[in-house]
Amino acid sequence: MIRTAGEHALLVETGSLAASHRLDAALRADRPEGVVEIVPGPETVLVVAPGADRERLRARLAAVAGQVGGPPGGAAAGPVVTIPVVYDGADLDSVASLAGISAEEVVARHTGRELVVGWLGFAPGFAYLTGLDPVLELPRLDTPRTSVPAGSVAVAGPYSAVYPTASPGGWRLLGRTTTRVWDVSADPPSLFRPGMRVRFERA
Amino acid sequence: MIEVIAPGPYATVQDLGRPGHAHLGVPRSGAADAPSLRLANRLVGNREDAAGVEVTFGQARLRFREGAWAALTGAPAGARMGVPFWVPPGGELRLEAPEWGLRTYVAVRGGIAVEPVLGSRSTDSLSGLGPEPLRAGTLLPVGGFAVEDISVDLAPPPGPAPAVLRVLAGPRDDWFVPGALEALCGGPYAVSQDSNRVGVRLRGPGLARARQGELPSEGMVAGAVQVPPDGQPIVFLADHPPTGGYPVIAVVRQADLPVAAQLRPGDEVRFTTRPGR
Repeated sequence: MIRTAGEHALLVETGSLAASHRLDAALRADRPEGVVEIVPGPETVLVVAPGADRERLRARLAAVAGQVGGPPGGAAAGPVVTIPVVYDGADLDSVASLAGISAEEVVARHTGRELVVGWLGFAPGFAYLTGLDPVLELPRLDTPRTSVPAGSVAVAGPYSAVYPTASPGGWRLLGRTTTRVWDVSADPPSLFRPGMRVRFERA
Repeated sequence: MIEVIAPGPYATVQDLGRPGHAHLGVPRSGAADAPSLRLANRLVGNREDAAGVEVTFGQARLRFREGAWAALTGAPAGARMGVPFWVPPGGELRLEAPEWGLRTYVAVRGGIAVEPVLGSRSTDSLSGLGPEPLRAGTLLPVGGFAVEDISVDLAPPPGPAPAVLRVLAGPRDDWFVPGALEALCGGPYAVSQDSNRVGVRLRGPGLARARQGELPSEGMVAGAVQVPPDGQPIVFLADHPPTGGYPVIAVVRQADLPVAAQLRPGDEVRFTTRPGR
C-alpha cells in the first residue's frame, strides 16, 4: 500500500525492514525525477518529491516495490563495516548480570553476529543496528545519562548503536570505539547507511 | 560584518536548509517561513537560498559595521517591511515586537556568510547542526551572494493570514477513531507556549486512537500533524525529526506552512480538509 503524506510525499508500506532496504537501494540506484528524500524505516519508505506529479510517482513506486518485493528476510546485501571496540563500558557488568551471563559472554555475543543498519534517527548519524543477540535485549536505563561521549557503543531493546556525537542517552554502554561514525566534513557524513552490515570486534 | 547588539527572544541564521540527508538522521531545517526568506532575498538582489536572519518575536538589534542594503519580511517588526533600504556604516537596525505573526526575516545584500555545515548555514535547533543561535556580540560576516541589481522597489507584505491550515488526510488517519479527522477540523486549537522551530504544539479537541500499540518509526514531512498518546496534535515545522513513531493524522498543505510558522503562543488556529479558503 502506498499512502499519501501531504502534497509532496508518498509513504510506501514495505512490510519488512529487508524490503525497505531493497526499495531504498533500488530508488537510489535509479532515482525518480524530483525525489529529494528517500527515508527507509522498519516497515516503510518515505519518498519526498516536491513538484513531482504525485500520481505518476505513485505508479512508479508501485512498480519498483513490486520488482524488489517478496518475502521478508533474505541476506542483507550491503557492504560490511567492522567496528573495533574497547569493551570497558560503564554498564558492561550490569548488562552481564541482568542477562545472567558473564561480561566475557556479553562481548562474545555482541561480536558474534553480523548486524544490519536498520535506519537512522534520534540524532544525525545515530544508526539503529538490528540483529542483536536476543540475550542482550534489555530495556533502556530508567534514568538516562545527561551526557554520553561520542563513540560509545551501546545496546537498548533489540538494537545496538554507536553514539555519533556526545548527547544525552539512556542506552546501556558496553564500550567505546575510536572509529568516527559521523563527520560533517565527510561525504557522506555518516559511516552507517541503511542496509549496511556491521560487525563489532574486540579492539 | 554585522554585530548582534541584542538577538531578541530568539534569533538564528537560516537559509533553505539541508535537504537530502533525512535518511542519515539529519533534519531539513532552514527558514520556518521559507517564502518570506525568499522574498527578502529577492528584494536585496540575492539568490533566494542565501542565508538571512530569522528573528522570533522581533526586538533584535543589529549594527552594520559596513553599509549594506537590507530588507525585512514576515511578521511586521518595523515600518520598512517589504522594501529594500540602505543601512549606513555603523547604522543600527532595530526590530520592534511584531503586531502579528512570530518570525521576521532580515536579508542583507550579499547574504550572511557564516561557515556552512552539510551545505547549509541554518541553525538546526533539534540536532545542533549549523551556527549557534545569535547572542549579544555574535559577528555575522556578509558574503558575496548577490546575483542581480536591486530592482524591486516594494513588495507589499501579506497581511495576517486567517489562521486556517488546509490539510490532506493521512498517512495514518486510519489509526484514529472514526470522527477524529472531523474533530481536528472542528477545532479551534490554541497554540501552546512550548511551540518552537520543531513544531507548533496545540491544545484543543483530543484525537483518540482506534489502535493501541506503537507505530514502527517512519519518515516524517514538514506540516505533518503528529498525534502523541495524549491526543493533542503537533504540526511539524522546519526542524522536525526526520523519523517519528507517533501516527500522523493529516499533513498541512505546502502553501499554509508559512501560516503555521507565523502562529504565536495563544493564537487560535483551525484545520480544514477543503482545498480552498
